[in-house]
Formats: sequence, structure tokens, C-alpha cells
Amino acid sequence: MFGLSPAEWIAVELSLRIAIVATVVALPFGIAIGWVLARKEFWGKTLLDGIVYLPLVLPPVVTGYLLLISFGRRGPIGAFLADYLGIVFSFRWTGAALSCGIMGFPLMVRPIRLALEAIDRRLEDAGATLGASPLRVFLTITFPLALPGIIAGAVLCFARALGEFGATITFVSNIPGETQTISAAIYSLLQVPDGEAAAGRLVIIAVVIALAALIASEWFARRAGMRFQGE
Amino acid sequence: MLDVNVEKTLGTFSVTARFEASAGVTALFGPSGAGKTTVVNMIAGLLTPDRGSIRLDKMVMFDADAKINLPPYRRGIGYVFQEGRLFPHLSVRQNLDYGRRMSGQPHDTDEFARIVALLDIGPLLDRRPRLLSGGERQRVAIGRALLTRPRLLLLDEPLASLDVGHKREILPHLIRLRDEAKVPMVYVSHIAAELRLIATKVARLEAGRVTAVGDLDLLKDVDAFA
Repeated sequence: MFGLSPAEWIAVELSLRIAIVATVVALPFGIAIGWVLARKEFWGKTLLDGIVYLPLVLPPVVTGYLLLISFGRRGPIGAFLADYLGIVFSFRWTGAALSCGIMGFPLMVRPIRLALEAIDRRLEDAGATLGASPLRVFLTITFPLALPGIIAGAVLCFARALGEFGATITFVSNIPGETQTISAAIYSLLQVPDGEAAAGRLVIIAVVIALAALIASEWFARRAGMRFQGE
Repeated sequence: MLDVNVEKTLGTFSVTARFEASAGVTALFGPSGAGKTTVVNMIAGLLTPDRGSIRLDKMVMFDADAKINLPPYRRGIGYVFQEGRLFPHLSVRQNLDYGRRMSGQPHDTDEFARIVALLDIGPLLDRRPRLLSGGERQRVAIGRALLTRPRLLLLDEPLASLDVGHKREILPHLIRLRDEAKVPMVYVSHIAAELRLIATKVARLEAGRVTAVGDLDLLKDVDAFA
């Protein structure tokens, strides 16, 4: 299909896997951080806010380098995770998912935070007087009301993860079959004399995936929003 | 029997409230800004008093000295808010059923049918709150609070957001509630005419202080606080 070679298919499949894993793993953290930023006042909140948005403003190469020295084999966090939990990031697709998740994180947190800030807190109070514990209030009122924002955040993170290049190639390099995503594959193909046709095919695939993600998110958000409008 | 004796300072405004409410409808009567909502929020547990205690049927809801402060979801107190506060993502039926779901009680179809009939909300069950009129919304809110089988029902200006026609639509239901459901109620309002129809006892609140507690005679000299 699309005249892709097996190697190119591997890049497509790898890109999707990395972006999906990055988004799914980042989502609980994104909701938690978004909730903390929307609801809590504490010392150091500005700092946390800044750290969350840092990947958005830092050059991706810098983010990738910081990941390399902290999550690499010899990095303090990387060595700990490898020795005690057997989780290795460096030069693995899991590392690509980590860098993609971190690059997409600010884009995920922002709509989630805005959605949580927009919720009428008095509805949560009403839930409490009806016998719902704080956790149940969150699950039955806060979460469903914030769902359009959560979906938007997830889709933005997914799209960013799919296109991530700078941080990923710095952190886990460009290894075919392991860390070579669509973006990295296009980059490699453009370095060789007759790679342009293959690069063009991958470009088309990238456009199709991005459009599909946008349309899917529109559809989900509209469905979630429709529940408030009545049937 | 509700026994309230609380103090609370919010910025430059302070509330000192001391009164009792037993069976029937206790009116909490006073002008806007007198601290009526502050008092009911403390009874519900949405606001923590600085000092004092709140007891309901000998059960301590709050006691500053003993450091007891039951969270709202464990107080068993129903609350009907001024604006209804129905959950927009749930149908009317799901709104009514919310309290039961949260407490994990089994379905009681008889009780559900009784409340639905009492408030005449049967035709609304499958609608979304957005599509209800103000009066319908408020009746559903009352039903939702009643279906948690509260030991006490707080009503904070339940008619304030309604026009005259819808007020007339709700009041008979509230009077029936008082006479049939036997749930003690604390009814907040600044309109004496409304309270004359529903209240059995009056506590007057002015500038954060309970200035008088007594029977309906307390409503005589004032028509309405602004």
C-alpha cells in the first residue's frame, strides 16, 4: 500500500507506537499537573509552571541533551532505573517515547488546565452535599466536565510526539527499527542521493496521520460537548 | 434537631450565629449580605467555622474545641442551592439518582416514584438540565436532595432565580414537602411573604448576627429586606 518499502513501514509503525505510548503514559501526569496548577496555590507554583512549559521554549536539542545526561545509561536517573527497575531509555524506542512525551507535555497540560479552571466549582460542592467523596466528585463530575479539554490535550500531545525530531534524535539517535521515526527517516532519506521519492511517500503518510488525528479529536470533543447540550 | 452555634470571620465581615431548628421549617430571614448563605454553608460543611459547634440529632457535625469537622459528604444534609446546580452532563434521572449511586444504596423504586410524583417531574426524567425551565430545574434540585434521604434539608433562596409564575409553581410543592415528608428544613430567604407561607419558626439575621428567634410574628413588621 502507498508503495512503501518494509523499512518505511517500520518507521511508520514505530512513529505511531512511540506517539501513542508517549500520550497514554503522559496523560495521567498531565491531568494531575493540570489539576494542581488549576486548583492549588502553593509556594513554588510559578517554578512548577515554568518547568512544565520549558520544553516548549527550549531548543529541542537542549531538551534532548538534558535527557541524555539525566536518563542516559550513565545519567543519575537512567542508571537508577536500569539497575533497580530494568527500564532502559538510551537508544531504545522507549527513550524516544520519553522524549516525545516530554516535548508534548506542555501542549497537553495547557488545555487540561484551562478546562479544569472553567469548571463551576459549585457543582463539585453540590456533589459533596449529595454524598460524594472528593475522589468520587472528581470521577463523576470534574473529569467528565473536563473531558473535551482532556481530549484536546491528548491530541495535541500525540501530534507533537508524532512530529518530534530534535530532542529525540539527540537523546536516542536515529537507529532504523528502534528509534527511527517518520521524521528521522525523512531526514535520513534526504541525506542520500536518490531518497527523495521515499521521503515524499513518508511526507504524505505524515500529513494523513496528522489530519486523521485532528478529525478524530474534533469528533470526540464534539461528542463530549454534545452531552451538555441535551439530545 | 439542629443546634448551631458558630462564628466565622471572612475578611472584614464576621458572622455569629446561634439558633436551633427542629421539625418543621425554620426560616433564616434577613437582608442580602446578612450572612445567611455563610451560615447554611457552615451547616452543610462547605465552609469551616472559626469557632463553635454544629450538632444534628445529638451527632456532632462540627466542634472547634474537639477538632471535629465532618466533611459535607458524610453529614447527611441535603442542600438546595439558589441556582439549582444540576449536573449538566447527566440527565434529570441521573441527577436524581446521583446521591443513591454515591452512597451505594440499592434502588428504591417506590421512594423514587414517590418523590417524582410529589414534585411532578415525571415527564422530565430523560431530559438534560439545559433544556429545563428555571422552575423545573429547581424542582429537580429539590428531588435530588430529598432522594439522599437527608436528616435535614437546607434551602438557600430556592425561589430567588425564578419569576413570579415559577415561584407559584414551586411553593405548593415545598408546602407539601413540609407537611408530608417530615424532613426538618432550614429555609433561607429575604422575602417575608414567601416565608409566611412556608415557615414554622423564624431566626432573623442582620449584619452577621442572629437578632431574634421566634415564631412567624417576627415577619410582621417587615415585608422584605432589600
